[in-house]
Amino acid sequence: MTESPSTLDIMLWVVVPYVAIAVFVLGHVWRYRYDKFGWTTRSSQLYESRLLRLGSPLFHFGILVVAVGHVGGLLVPKSWTGAVGIGDTAYHVVAVVLGVLAGVCTLTGAAILVYRRRTVGPVFSATTRNDKVMYVLLVGTIALGLGTTVLGNLTDHPHDYRESVSPWFRSIFTFQPRPELMAAAPLGFRLHALAAWSLFAFWPFSRLVHVFSMPLGYLTRPYIVYRSRDARGQASGMSWPGPRSSAGRGPK
Amino acid sequence: MRVMAQLAMVMNLDKCIGCHTCSVTCKQAWTNRSGVEYVWFNNVETRPGQGYPRRYEDQERWRGGWALTRRGRLRLKGGGRLRKLLTIFSNPKLPGIDDYYEPWTYDYDTLTNAPAQEHTPVARPRSLLSGEPTRITWSANWDDDLGGSPDHGDRDPLLKGIADKVKFEFERTFMFYLPRICEHCLNPSCAASCPSGAIYKRTEDGIVLVDQDRCRGWRMCVSGCPYKKVYFNHRTGKAEKCTFCFPRVEVGIPTVCAETCVGRLRYIGLVLYDADRVLAAATTPDDQDLYEAQRRVFLDPNDPEVVREAELAGIPGDWITAAQRSPVHALINEYEVALPLHPEYRTMPMVWYIPPLSPVVDVVRDTGHDAEDHGNLFAAVEALRIPVEYLAQLFTAGDVEPVNAVLRRLAAMRSYMRDLNLGREPQEAIPAKVGMTGRRLYDLYRLLALAKYDERYVIPPAHAEQAHGLEELATECSLDYEGGPGMGGSGPFGEGSGGTSPIAVENFRMLRDRQTTDTLAAPVDKGNRVNLLNWDGKGRPEGLFPPGDRPGGGDPAGEVEPKP
Repeated sequence: MTESPSTLDIMLWVVVPYVAIAVFVLGHVWRYRYDKFGWTTRSSQLYESRLLRLGSPLFHFGILVVAVGHVGGLLVPKSWTGAVGIGDTAYHVVAVVLGVLAGVCTLTGAAILVYRRRTVGPVFSATTRNDKVMYVLLVGTIALGLGTTVLGNLTDHPHDYRESVSPWFRSIFTFQPRPELMAAAPLGFRLHALAAWSLFAFWPFSRLVHVFSMPLGYLTRPYIVYRSRDARGQASGMSWPGPRSSAGRGPK
Repeated sequence: MRVMAQLAMVMNLDKCIGCHTCSVTCKQAWTNRSGVEYVWFNNVETRPGQGYPRRYEDQERWRGGWALTRRGRLRLKGGGRLRKLLTIFSNPKLPGIDDYYEPWTYDYDTLTNAPAQEHTPVARPRSLLSGEPTRITWSANWDDDLGGSPDHGDRDPLLKGIADKVKFEFERTFMFYLPRICEHCLNPSCAASCPSGAIYKRTEDGIVLVDQDRCRGWRMCVSGCPYKKVYFNHRTGKAEKCTFCFPRVEVGIPTVCAETCVGRLRYIGLVLYDADRVLAAATTPDDQDLYEAQRRVFLDPNDPEVVREAELAGIPGDWITAAQRSPVHALINEYEVALPLHPEYRTMPMVWYIPPLSPVVDVVRDTGHDAEDHGNLFAAVEALRIPVEYLAQLFTAGDVEPVNAVLRRLAAMRSYMRDLNLGREPQEAIPAKVGMTGRRLYDLYRLLALAKYDERYVIPPAHAEQAHGLEELATECSLDYEGGPGMGGSGPFGEGSGGTSPIAVENFRMLRDRQTTDTLAAPVDKGNRVNLLNWDGKGRPEGLFPPGDRPGGGDPAGEVEPKP
């Protein structure tokens, strides 16, 4: 473990991640401050809903499962799952089956959505250049990830990313980056990771920001929201069935 | 008792001539932008008819508003919170653009740039969504004046309740106009459907608004509103709705639709209501009792106890006085001639209607009888079952009794006033038949026929101590806001991104942009053309006149010599 990583490896597996994370975090802060009005899903359902009804849930539910899988695979160390008695084989089988299933759903959904975007006139006219870049990065990342998983498992000895990619990913967040781990990973994983970092760096400037608006608060808030005309939002207890003032700017 | 104030409106349908002035002025004021071409905060429907969007009243299909569960509890008809979140990626009950209409413009280029030629050039319609040539097949009032005709009228969802046995008779007998704006409900299902909590009801005046900074474009409000009065701006990706012209009413002037109403049929005023009773009233088991239940939620502003409670609740004194003078309160609760639109949606709507007597009068007159005689009119109200049943479907969940009562009252007023106008002895028997006195009938007549501007619109301005913050008073500098004085137009993320700006600034920019663009779907080249529709005759929008060759040399106000 003495061989020091090459400059290129440091660039790719240390600098790029940190730059991407910084852009991701600061970009979101800046976007939220500057552009609350532009923070939306920019739905195109008004134009077309037949294809959307098929593609959109496939894609979104698929990618939610994919996201949960990534959190589990990247952040939870192998020793922890071992400690609670989940064997390597069991983990691997579950991860591959769920992952491939979710990945195929996601990619199918994305394919339907891209097809819809290209062929339905009004949807196509409403597609910005920003959207197109986002689609390339997003679909590219998903395809690379799914491809790596599927192709890797067709061989006899699939690469155990929990020995390489995951520790490297965690090492970034503990500020003791270990680029040599990633440099040794198979090409598919490296390409997938690079595509993902570029996606994260682009994220705050695209419509993907709507991910952070997942309206879970809806499950607990009172149905009717009352707000005072006063921009400072002093609701003075006059509300039914309970005040929900906000300190946001005045109505528009 | 928890007293709250609500700005409300009453429209007298007898006076509506279907001129659409309200729709047009509203559109010019509020939805004169790209992305909301198909949006009509105010629209006028010919009834019977399909309405806008088409067949919006068919709640079995759209599932808007509230419904009771089997155990008698109130829930969103479109499903609970979890269901809404699970269907958030593709809203199953969202009207498509086809249910509204595909907005279009005309290919004016072929006219203005046409070379000299034998045949007159034609401007063909182009879709504003795709920019492609299109065929115009529908619009916001495509079935205007075609009420009851076989092509449109019988698609009215309300006619399902009325058997079609007398269809032919009914086709000949009646048609009326129904202007609609947002109902600013006491129990708004749009707000309840919004996953982001962006739609809120203002505590001071009950106006329901969409916070454009918090809306994330989930579209659940469009489905949740049974009146389909929340619209989706397809360019900004945000929901928009009628604002009750809050920048105007805050300074005490009526909404644009009311101000410009040619028939002077709109009334605006406050009602006080008991917020603690709203939920119980909305949960009334029988649909047909909802009208009465909602009326009982309103409080009598002249009751000393109500006044005391209102003061305790922080309602300013001049607002209480305004509530006492309110024409809306008078029409709803004193004269009992105004009825809510579709109370069965259980949203407690706050724009009420005086049902039209004219279909009845027309029939009586057409049959050669005296259409001012109360006996004839009363008999006709009873006999003309179809119009009355239809009105009941609109206003009282099908209960004909309240509609009958209102129509009899209007008929009595008509009859009683004829005697007065002709200098005859007024017959006190007429008001007695509808449970009123001659004096009150006369007052009702005054309010419906003669009331001046300040009697029709009793709008207390928002409060002076807060006034410097109100949109249109601007004792603070209008440009004094975060990021101002930006005249920047669009932000980096497409149409309308960037921080919010005051309405005055936004209107200025919008007008400027509209004046200098007329590209079809995507105004990329805001170059050098001018949209005359928005030119108010003042100033010289760039591109209005060809450059140079101006007679008189540079005096912009100079008169141009007429050419021979």
